[in-house]
Amino acid sequence: MGAISKHGPWALVGALGAAALSIVAIERGEAVNALWLVVAAVCTYLIAYRYYSLFIAEKVMRLDPARETPAVRHNDGLDYVPTNKTVLFGHHFAAIAGAGPLVGPVLAAQMGYLPGMLWILAGVVLAGAVQDFMVLFVSMRRDGRSLGELIRSELGTIPGIIALVGTFLIMVILLAVLALIVVKALAESPWGTFTVMMTIPIAMLMGVYTRYIRPGKIGEVSIIGFVLLMAAILYGQNVAASPVWGPAFTFTGTQLCWLLIGYGFVASILPVWLLLAPRDYLSTFLKIGTIVGLALGIAVVAPHMQMPAMTKFVDGTGPVWSGQLFPFLFITIACGAVSGFHALISSGTTPKLIANESDARFVGYGGMLMESFVAIMALISACVIDPGVYFTMNTPAAILGTTPESAAAAVTKLGFPVSPETITQTAQDVGEHTIISRAGGAPTLAVGMAHIISSAVGGKAMMAFWYHFAILFEALFILTAVDAGTRACRFMVQDLIGLAVPAFKETTSWVPSIVATAIAVGAWGYFLYQGVTDPLGGINTLWPLFGISNQMLAAVALTLCTVVIFKMKRERYAFVTIVPTLWLCICTLTAGWQKIFSADPRIGFLAHADRYAAAAAEGKVLPPAKNADQMAQIIFNDRIDAALAVVFIGLVLAIGAFGVLSCIRALRAVGWTARESDAPAGGRPVPAE
Amino acid sequence: MGASQNLMERWKTLQKCVCDGARLMVGQGDYAAYAEHIRRTHPDQRPMSEVEFFRNRENARFGVGNTSGFRCC
Repeated sequence: MGAISKHGPWALVGALGAAALSIVAIERGEAVNALWLVVAAVCTYLIAYRYYSLFIAEKVMRLDPARETPAVRHNDGLDYVPTNKTVLFGHHFAAIAGAGPLVGPVLAAQMGYLPGMLWILAGVVLAGAVQDFMVLFVSMRRDGRSLGELIRSELGTIPGIIALVGTFLIMVILLAVLALIVVKALAESPWGTFTVMMTIPIAMLMGVYTRYIRPGKIGEVSIIGFVLLMAAILYGQNVAASPVWGPAFTFTGTQLCWLLIGYGFVASILPVWLLLAPRDYLSTFLKIGTIVGLALGIAVVAPHMQMPAMTKFVDGTGPVWSGQLFPFLFITIACGAVSGFHALISSGTTPKLIANESDARFVGYGGMLMESFVAIMALISACVIDPGVYFTMNTPAAILGTTPESAAAAVTKLGFPVSPETITQTAQDVGEHTIISRAGGAPTLAVGMAHIISSAVGGKAMMAFWYHFAILFEALFILTAVDAGTRACRFMVQDLIGLAVPAFKETTSWVPSIVATAIAVGAWGYFLYQGVTDPLGGINTLWPLFGISNQMLAAVALTLCTVVIFKMKRERYAFVTIVPTLWLCICTLTAGWQKIFSADPRIGFLAHADRYAAAAAEGKVLPPAKNADQMAQIIFNDRIDAALAVVFIGLVLAIGAFGVLSCIRALRAVGWTARESDAPAGGRPVPAE
Repeated sequence: MGASQNLMERWKTLQKCVCDGARLMVGQGDYAAYAEHIRRTHPDQRPMSEVEFFRNRENARFGVGNTSGFRCC
């Protein structure tokens, strides 16, 4: 009787989820309502949270509510503070949710919504949330130390250094791809460029306000900033229409690329209170607000999915990005399913704020489920717009040409009929010159969001406003990430060079700061420039590299967790982390291998380089190169990308090997060998079952 | 009377939770908790003022050598 009242309601949730999933999955020749995706996702999360995360908490980790957390032990009122778990959930979620879960699913939609949705759900339950939760647990038991330090202490010094170098490279690729998304969204868009540029003076105004006028009044200043931002969006329409200012704010991709590089350099040297901190308020609150707004919009409008459940592009011939469903779909949707970057956050500020060990389940596992839900909403947004419009926006210009007529003909030929009038009309609706080849995910998501929100608020007249609101919202937190990330890279560079030249570590003196910042900006700027001038649109090259590196970091983090499980003598439950680690290794190594060696020049870097090299040897120039120098540049870029993929593969193999060795050692050891910070001298006895 | 008072209490708790949550999202911890902590454990020390605390947290989030303000993808 007890079992029925305990598990009965959950069985109903499970049945509802299964029913929703079958409605979504079984094609009946009519459009599926997006709410069924939401129901299927939410039921999956509830069941996974109730059962799987509880299993991990009780059996694998043995969370002990009576045990002191670092926040209690080291409470200083500043970095270590026992925090209410709901408040901490918000903090953790705001730190992990960024552009990743919004962009990946939009790109993945070219294969239809079903493959992406299934991977998001399976990935988060079995891999992503497990990783976040496990890393949070491991860090929490070790005074909230960072991922690099944890790897060093549990696996050894060399794996620790390998992981640090890997993290730096991954960060460089991440910053480049984020900046590329902004460039793609703002190129040839005076309205968007104007509003995004206006965020700089607005943020500075806010910075002065919180510094000198009303220090610490974040709520007030955020409201002022928000009002100014909305005014900038509204006024942006006039700017775009003005014969003088319109052209002044119209930039090509290459121009924007240089502007961003310059911006990244200056912004990361300025004092934090002037630009970074105030813009962080705006971007954080806008992000949370928009996510809530989008959820409400989907619930109210209940749009129908226009994209087929599965398109023919699962065979790898899709125009948005190339490569077959396995492994490339799993690489394309990184955040939202499993993201290695979260390991950095879960071993950052969050573990220092946990009041009670048992809260880690809600914050770690629950926080990632929430991010996954954001990814599902992004997928819905991309799939409720006309598939013809979707492919018009995401196919490279090399295939589409530049006029609505040529684009409509090309997309119709791909199998998604669309008329030139629809293309022109959509561009007009969202207040842009053109929507052709606006790859990068952000513009597509913005059209989808504008479609959903304007159906709820404002109707068609408000669509252009909502489109630019969505672009601004994405650009805002991407710029914050670029700024904060460049700073983080700069400190890493100073630390690394400081090993050889100690004076270089001086973070307050000007010369090392400027040199290190230049190196950091130069590194991501190089890949950004390469992406902007890429013949296949950049995203095709950089996004897989980013996905591969991000998930490799997840594999590294999960390897650490596996080692810790072995050291705690809980190896009978190690499948919890071994299964996702193996899956991630299989995916990323296969994808990495194909990116290097595939004979298809659309996939393999070396094949692409060879094609250009062969043409160059014959004295021919292939577009988009205009001369022999640019040909040489493309070939060089391809080889750099291939080399980077080789480095990533080597990195994962090395960490994997060290991980296996550590596991074997732990298995042979008689007792507990994990190095928890409050463990008694001589190790902790292995607790009885 | 009791019910409405209870409701007011809950509304206040909710409000505090939302405000604290929003502030912590941008790296600003709870000043009252900090001041209380210093008073209790280090009665000899003067706690930072609210403005000093704000600037301290701002620097801790983005400042030199600290990457905790780093945002995810």
